[in-house]
Order: sequence, then C-alpha cells, then structure tokens
Amino acid sequence: MVYLDNAASTRPAPEVLAATRAVEEAFFANPASAHGLGAAAARALEAARAEVASALGAETAEIVFTGGGTEANALGLLGAARAARGRHLVVSGLEHPAVARTAERLAAEGYELSVIAPTPAGVVRAADVVAAIRPDTAVVALMLVNNELGTLQPVAEVAQELAAAPARGPRRPHLHVDAVQAFGLLRVRPRALGADTLALSAHKVHGPKGVGALWVRAGARLEPLWDGGKQERGLRSGTENVPGCVGLGRAAALAVAAQDAGAPAQIERERDRLERECLAAVSALIPGARLTVTGAPRAPHIASLALPGFPAEPLLHALEARDVYASAGSACASRTRGPSAVLKAIGVDDRTAVLRFSLARTTTPDDVDAAVDALRAAVLEISPLVRIS
Amino acid sequence: MESPPQSVLLCRYGELFLKSGNRKRFESMLVNNVQAAIAGLPGARVENPHGRILVRVADADAEEAAARVGRVFGLVSLSVARVVAAEETAIGDAAVAATHAALERWPRARTGAPVPSPSFRVDANRADKSFPVPSMELGSRVGARVVAATGLRVDLHAADLHIGVEVTSRGAFVYAGTRAAPGGLPVGVSGRGLLLLSGGIDSPVAGWLAAKRGLALDAIYFHSPPFIGEKSKDKVLTLGRILARWGALRSVTVVPFTDAQKQLRDARAAELAVVLYRRMMMRIADEIADGLGAGALVTGENLGQVASQTVENLTAIEAASRHVILRPLVTYDKVETTDLARRIGTFETSILPFDDCCSLFVPRHPATKARAQDAEKVEADVDVDGLVAAAVAGAERIAVTS
Repeated sequence: MVYLDNAASTRPAPEVLAATRAVEEAFFANPASAHGLGAAAARALEAARAEVASALGAETAEIVFTGGGTEANALGLLGAARAARGRHLVVSGLEHPAVARTAERLAAEGYELSVIAPTPAGVVRAADVVAAIRPDTAVVALMLVNNELGTLQPVAEVAQELAAAPARGPRRPHLHVDAVQAFGLLRVRPRALGADTLALSAHKVHGPKGVGALWVRAGARLEPLWDGGKQERGLRSGTENVPGCVGLGRAAALAVAAQDAGAPAQIERERDRLERECLAAVSALIPGARLTVTGAPRAPHIASLALPGFPAEPLLHALEARDVYASAGSACASRTRGPSAVLKAIGVDDRTAVLRFSLARTTTPDDVDAAVDALRAAVLEISPLVRIS
Repeated sequence: MESPPQSVLLCRYGELFLKSGNRKRFESMLVNNVQAAIAGLPGARVENPHGRILVRVADADAEEAAARVGRVFGLVSLSVARVVAAEETAIGDAAVAATHAALERWPRARTGAPVPSPSFRVDANRADKSFPVPSMELGSRVGARVVAATGLRVDLHAADLHIGVEVTSRGAFVYAGTRAAPGGLPVGVSGRGLLLLSGGIDSPVAGWLAAKRGLALDAIYFHSPPFIGEKSKDKVLTLGRILARWGALRSVTVVPFTDAQKQLRDARAAELAVVLYRRMMMRIADEIADGLGAGALVTGENLGQVASQTVENLTAIEAASRHVILRPLVTYDKVETTDLARRIGTFETSILPFDDCCSLFVPRHPATKARAQDAEKVEADVDVDGLVAAAVAGAERIAVTS
C-alpha cells in the first residue's frame, strides 16, 4: 500500500498506539477525581500537556486540549469573537471549512465578515489582510499552511504589521492561526508568530483521531463554547480524553525528534521528485498538466497537480486500484460533488482535476516511484475514455 | 401466565381490493407483510379476526411498531390503542390520556401558535354485548370525561379528532386519532420486479412507487470499478436498506460494468454512449431478472428530465430488453420526485457526493434521437453477448434487510 493522503490523516505511530493503549488500561480514572488513581491520570495528562507545549516552545499553561482540530479552531475563532467588543472579522479566502464556515456562522449571527481573496499563487497578501482591519475588527483568522495546496500564509508578517501599526481601535484584533497542516512538519512557534490562539490536531501528525489542542497566549480573551466542569481552565469543559491527549503528546515529541533528524528536508526532496516525475509521466497524455500553484513558499509535504480536462474521481479510484491512495478535487460542482472553494478562489478552471499527494515522514522513495508508475498507468487507462467532444 | 400486551395497533386497509376476487390472497399477503414488519419486536404478534388486522404489542414498543406498520403498503391508516379493563372508569381514563397524547402530536401551525384545540367525537362499540352500557351511551359518557379534562369541543359531523372505544370480551381498546399509512397494494400481489438502482434521487423513488403497486423487488446496481469507488456501492446498499424498511426490496445484485462501458465507449460513437450503456444495462438486467424470477424491469427514467431522456431514446433503450419496463416517474417533475424521496427517506443518502457509472464517460452533447438500428450498428463491432455473460458471471447478490 502506498499511502499518500497524509494531509487527510496519518497512520498512528506505533509508539503512540502503545502509549494510548497503556493509558486506557492503567489510567482510566477521571483526572478530576480526588483519589490516587485520579492523580495518576492527571499526571499523565499534564505530562502530555508538557510534551505539546515543548513542541511549540510554549508554556504548559498555554495548552488547552480539545476534541480535535476543528474544535480547536472553533474555540479560537468563536471564543475570541464572542469575548471581543468588535463585530467585524477578517478571514482569508483559503481557510479550511473549520474556520471558513465558523466565520459564516458568526456572520449569520450579525458579525461583518471580510474575506481576503488569495492570489493565483495560493496565498493571501499580508497587506490585503492588514488593509481590511477596522477599529471594530474582533478577530483575524489566517491559516499557516493551506491543506489543499500546501502554501505558507504570511502569518508572522500580518502579526508584525498589526503590532507596528498605530492602534485603530481600543484593542488590537485577536489573531487566530489554524496550524493543523503545519504542526509536526514545520517548527511552529506561536509566540514568535505573534498569534493569540493557534490550533493543531493529533491525527495529522501520526497521533490518534478525536484530539487536538489550542495554544492560548496568556492574557488572550476567550469565551468557552460550552459550560460544565471547568476542565482546561474553564475553556473546554468535559472530562479530558486522557489516552488521546497522551497520544497527542507522544506524537508531538516524535514529530520534534523527526524534525531534528531532518525529516522535513527529506520529505520535501521526495515531494519535489514526485511532482517532477508525475508531470513528466502524464504530460504527453494531458497537455497542460502542471503544478496547481507556483511561486509561493510551501510546506514540504503537499504536492498538488492540476490536470486539465481530466475527471478527478475516476482518476482517484484508478490509483486506488493500483493500491495508491491520494485525494482529488475540482473547482466545479461535478454532477454530485461540490466544488472546492479554495480551488475556485485561486482561479482553477472548471474542467481541471486537482490531484493531491501528501507525504509524511513514513513515505519512502519506493512509495514515490510506485505513485509515479500508478499515475502513469491510471492516466493511460482513463484518457481514451475521457477524450470526448 | 404470559403478561398481557398493553397496546394494539388497529390496522385499516382499503376497500378497493376487498371487493375484488383476489381478496383472500391480498389479505393473507398483507398479514404476512405486517408480520415481517414487526419481526424482532419481542412478544409482538399479528391477529387477523374477521376482516381486520390487529397487532398486539408491549406498550413500550407500540410507537416503534406503529412506525414500522405505518410503512406497510396496502394499509390505509392505523390507530394505536391502549388495552384496558372493560370497565367504564378505566375506559374514560384511557380516553383522556390518549387525547392528551394526541394533542401533544397535533401539528402546530407555527411556533407561538396557541395550544391546539381540535373538535372531537367518540365512536364506541361493543363487540361484547354483555358490557352493561349501550354503545351510544358509552360514547357520550366518555365524551363528557374528555370535555371535562381538556375543554375540547364535540363535533359529531366534522370532528378533527376521532376517539375510538371498542369493548371486547378480552378488554377494551381505546385510542385517539389515526395515522396515515401509505395505501397501495400489499407488496407481492403484483409479482416480482427488478429495479435498476443507481445512487441518484430518482431510481429509489421509482422502486418505492412500483412496490406500492404490489410489486416485490430485487435491485440491480451497475458498478464500474476502479473509476467508481467503494463509497458509491455502499451508498446504493444504504438506499437498498431504506427501501427494505418499506418492505419493498429483498436484495441488490452488484454487476461489474467497467468492461462494457470501456468497450462501448471505445466504439467511437460518443454521442450514442448513454443509449449504448443503457441498452447494455437492459440486456444484463434481463438475465439477472430471469434468475430472480422477476417479470418486469423498473427504472427511474423520466421524460425530458435530462437531454437524453427522449421518446426516441427510450424506444431505442427499450428495444434491447425482453421484459416490460415500468417507469413510475416518467411524468414526474423533479420537485415531485424530490419531495417523495424526502418522505421515503432516501433523499439525504441520494445526495451524498459519490459518482455512479451514469456520470462516467458521458458525452457533453448526447444524442437525443437515437434509433435502435444506429445503436445496433455500433454494437455489431462489440461482443455484446460476451460482455453480458461476463457481467452476469461477475454479479454478486447481496441480501438487504431493514
């Protein structure tokens, strides 16, 4: 099996599976319980918090565990908007639905929403973001790495300009950063970025599903999304998912170790080779095959190929038949599948399939070779059938 | 001694087929279908005393049983009655409780509307003539209890809510209100058909309508791996299970269609592709239908919904089949079909974003006036019999249950 859909989800690391299983068995008590078993669970939880904090170069008190990346984004965006006076939001046009649709919900609740259009290179310009800010802007939300294209967004630049500019209102807007696709592959330093909240997810970095975290800068104003037992400093009530949190902690520590060992550069090398060889393999049959975006800095793990005149879904299944797993999208609503807002926003043509391979540190050179071969064969199989009118 | 079930569903069926010569057969089919619908509910059983169908069921299961029996074709309506002691006070208490429950369910025009206050009447009768109060008198006494408890108004001629009391030697049945059942004919009385089921909105609705006319169904689904994914197949099986909830469907036969599609696509008659695919589907369906004992094919085809659905094309498609092709949706507007899909419960599944083979390799501008002889010319260069045989050999039949 050649699994190149790591931006969707990753295979949990064996160390993560062992750790979560051990916690399920040994530390099943409620970390809030007053007895010794509860204390043991709480210690495991806090050790995990320290591992996540360490991976971010942050304080343990700044980490709030959540039920995944979407929830972390909701807490960061909704929580900050509801805690602020202002009723205006600035959101990039490249955001994941976790942020984009949450912003739309706030707009339905009466907030004004400015969506910053990206360039064809797949980035938003910092100047465009800053220009949209008003005295009543409550939150600016910007992702660090786009999940469909892999492009890096100018988060630090936006934060610097926000800090340098003369205050336009009583309070600087809250800067929320979706780092779900960045965490683990890049060195993410939320304080240095100038973020107020930063969201991450465990299952994108070889951790378990259903757990994530929100880094919250000390002093940031945030309303909880719901109320209850006041766990996680009252920001996320509900008994903590101790095994999940421990799994996230392990995954974070492993990711840092892999970064130190040079994994990102190796992933990037294989990604670049994959892109080169895929385009060479299909260019004869698909005139105009190209990288979906060029000219912007990118995270190391995402390869996005634009294939004009090609159907996305059959291609995906033809790859699957060769035991290669990727993902695909298009800018048009096909008969049944909705369009990708991001591809539409950067101007990808309606009749172009966009094929995404996403790598991980588990990806081998053989995987890349196999993917190139599979794509060549799949395109060869399908192209006589799609050359229609 | 077995503790007595506390509720009974009083099922009503149409007068229509009672008058026909087929009454006995229809009725026993209907009883069987009701029986199948309540299978698995502990202690639930069907009784069929002199021309009606009663379902006895534990009180706690009554709502579930009513929902299931409410999906049995051939039934027109049903009432959920409490079984109480044949004694006036108990009957009055039960009538008041049933009325309160009916008011809870009563449709409210919009939020903020005042508490509903339908008019009502009580219909009482005594199958057990040893009961001391005459029917008319019992009805008016129960009515007085309901008025005292709820303040509702009696209207003997145009009541909104019918309260029923039936006194039998084994206790009294008391209910308030009736629930609609789908009507139609009991599934099975019209024989068996084979439904061409895709993942779309139309074909499950077509199957439901055919079943409503008494046709028991199996389905055939044309799968085109690797171009179509596993999720598309799962989606069709989910649709099959929803139809099975209505007692309409027994199985889905998954037929590999990739080779046929490839070869017909390669035949360099792009604008005929849709007609060629569908003619091939009909031939394969013919063979599968024979194996299942189905006498008709059922499709979701419509007149004019998409460009290729013309009288000419339907004629060319039909010419490839040996069976009668039933097209229940032929005259439906999309909006009518969609409304029905929502009622049946297939809509949410049908709109899931997975392609089916009908969306694959189709031309942008399909022929609208295909003729069978044009299709035959193209098919002459293709091993039609071989493709049909290979598809049938690769077919996998999957039983579906609700």
